[in-house]
Amino acid sequence: MLKINNLHVKLEEEDKQILKGVDLEVPAGKVHAIMGPNGSGKSTLSYVLSGRDGYEVTKGDASLDGEELLDMEPEERAAAGLFLAFQYPVEIPGVGNMTFLRTAVNAQRKARGEEEMSAADFLKFIRAKAKDLKIDADMLKRPVNVGFSGGEKKRNEILQMAMLEPKMCILDETDSGLDVDAMKLVSEGVNALRDSGRSFLVITHYQRLLDHIKPDVVHIMANGRIVKSGGPELALEVEHNGYADILAEIDA
Amino acid sequence: MAGLDELNVKEGVEEETVEAVKSLAGTYKYGWETDIEMEYAPKGLNPDIVRLISEKNEEPKWMTEWRLEAFARWEKLDEPSWALLNYPEIDFQDQYYYARPKSMEEKPKSLDEVDPKLLETYQKLGIPLKEQMILAGVEGAEDMPAEGRKVAVDAVFDSVSVGTTFQEELKKAGVIFCSISEAIREHPELVKKYLGSVVPVSDNYYATLNSAVFSDGSFVYIPPNTRCPMELSTYFRINAENTGQFERTLIIADKGSYVSYLEGCTAPQRDTAQLHAAVVEIIIEEDAEVKYSTVQNWFPGDEEGKGGIYNFVTKRADCRGDRSKVMWTQVETGSAVTWKYPSCILRGAESQGEFYSIAITNNYQQADTGTKMVHLGRDTKSRIVSKGISAGKAQNTYRGLVSMHPKAKNSRNYTQCDSLLIGDKCGAHTVPYIEVKNNSSRVEHEATTSKVDEEQMFYCRQRGMDEEEAVALIVNGFAKEVLQALPMEFAMEAQQLVAISLEGSVG
Repeated sequence: MLKINNLHVKLEEEDKQILKGVDLEVPAGKVHAIMGPNGSGKSTLSYVLSGRDGYEVTKGDASLDGEELLDMEPEERAAAGLFLAFQYPVEIPGVGNMTFLRTAVNAQRKARGEEEMSAADFLKFIRAKAKDLKIDADMLKRPVNVGFSGGEKKRNEILQMAMLEPKMCILDETDSGLDVDAMKLVSEGVNALRDSGRSFLVITHYQRLLDHIKPDVVHIMANGRIVKSGGPELALEVEHNGYADILAEIDA
Repeated sequence: MAGLDELNVKEGVEEETVEAVKSLAGTYKYGWETDIEMEYAPKGLNPDIVRLISEKNEEPKWMTEWRLEAFARWEKLDEPSWALLNYPEIDFQDQYYYARPKSMEEKPKSLDEVDPKLLETYQKLGIPLKEQMILAGVEGAEDMPAEGRKVAVDAVFDSVSVGTTFQEELKKAGVIFCSISEAIREHPELVKKYLGSVVPVSDNYYATLNSAVFSDGSFVYIPPNTRCPMELSTYFRINAENTGQFERTLIIADKGSYVSYLEGCTAPQRDTAQLHAAVVEIIIEEDAEVKYSTVQNWFPGDEEGKGGIYNFVTKRADCRGDRSKVMWTQVETGSAVTWKYPSCILRGAESQGEFYSIAITNNYQQADTGTKMVHLGRDTKSRIVSKGISAGKAQNTYRGLVSMHPKAKNSRNYTQCDSLLIGDKCGAHTVPYIEVKNNSSRVEHEATTSKVDEEQMFYCRQRGMDEEEAVALIVNGFAKEVLQALPMEFAMEAQQLVAISLEGSVG
């Protein structure tokens, strides 16, 4: 599914190397977690994969199902099945949540040469998905993320993910700003989407999200590289001992 | 779209299909022209041309005199230069002031007698001249049942009105809806009483010019305590080359009446600029209400700024009666140059004026537009919501006046004007004038300028929208307060217009 090979990335504006050779492979149907201290390059990885401006790839490549990701426009990557749940979902005043999603769903369908979804089918579809995430009709009508609480914003990200049915989902610190109940709802939403054809890359600072979304593999990222990989027990180790111990162990 | 022009069209492919593809590919959808035999008055402007226009419309003597007086005044006036607009000098002698399809020489008695080519033109523009229901399909209407609605249309082609629909049905309600030329002939007492009473002949350069040479336009009279049974609309089409369109609209809402009126405008794509100078007068009596919506989509000129319509328009509503109300809504996406300030004279006590505007300028377009709210009566209220969107190398100016006269005690105004810049070569300007001559009135003004946010763009694109779709969506959101004020039928069209008008403006 997702293959990242020796990826080096620097900031476009300043001469600062953020990723210094990331290698990662997430097979179909698997959930991989990336943990790491602040500033290790976790979020940068998610932005570079999804095509945000401001980064320059100096070396290496990344592909999704064999398709070169880094040559594509952000919307082409989306149509190819890449989805990023934002750490800070963006507000768009005046644009109804439902309108936004319908435009997105149909844009992707169009890009893939599929027929657009009719208004009636879309309505049925979104109502079913929204219900699972306890998103009410009012939230669907309100402008995208405007005046949403932290939990509502994150639930809205998962709703978008459910509607767009991507192959590769990247969750960037989806747990930040969530209380226990919201975390449960969001996790249930994600777990419901787990499927043999869909992969997840869950980026998080804390282990607690991984209690709800059980990963197959956990990677530790530090200083622009993946420094250690292991099973779910690696997340528990971080939880107990903090990052410092693991990093010291590696340095040694 | 040079690529398409060079396209080898296979035999057997209908020309209409090719046209349709071309119109979809270009940025201006309505740039085609109708090939029809026209009758012109000689080029240039002089008293003889004024008399000729009057004669063609079979006008009574008083009307001819009125026009000639206006012409004499116009000759003494200078073109105003205070607007933030830059265009080459207009040679008023190098224009045709009257052009009508030959087939209109004998006035058709009903729509069945109208030249099919003309009917086809309007059909192609999506304007039904057959009397039929229009199905509204608007964003956000998903939850509502689609309902059929009737809209009566007056179609003006170059200098003449081609036909007006639903006249009989409106007549039953006592509503008069016809071309102004017909009104001058059939209802002289009303025309004489109201014409020039809101926008006097001497008002301004373009209004004076219009008073001399207006060739047609629409006339509406709603009798007392009558709610007009359907929406009324006029569709203006400029087709002939080097021809100015000068239309005149007069709307009278008698006591306790209500009407919603829509206006749409398009023109073919040409290299030379064309002139359009209209006057709209609205009289609103006690407890009456008028909603006037415009979707202005005249040809804006090409990407290099060649051609396009110069649009100089004077629109004014006089809220004469107590508790009378007017609402102007305009979506201005077309024209190379726009000079337009739909205004409200709030004379009656507790009268209300509202102005909602979106002006979108792209490439080399220039717009200087806004409103005047003149508070004369006590407890009058006005609200201004203006959204300017600029892309390319365009300049967009909001110019507005809020004036509270000494007798306008306890009056209120709220003004909000926002500008959105797409790209870094365009400009947005806000020029508010505020005069308050009593101490019990309140005026509030808010202005913001923002750029389309990169975060928002990335968010939309990550969800699968391309740049143009993303900009259209974000801009639509920005414009929503104004789009919401439009009647259903127009909201849909306007939303699409916003997208079309900004096509190719990103990056």
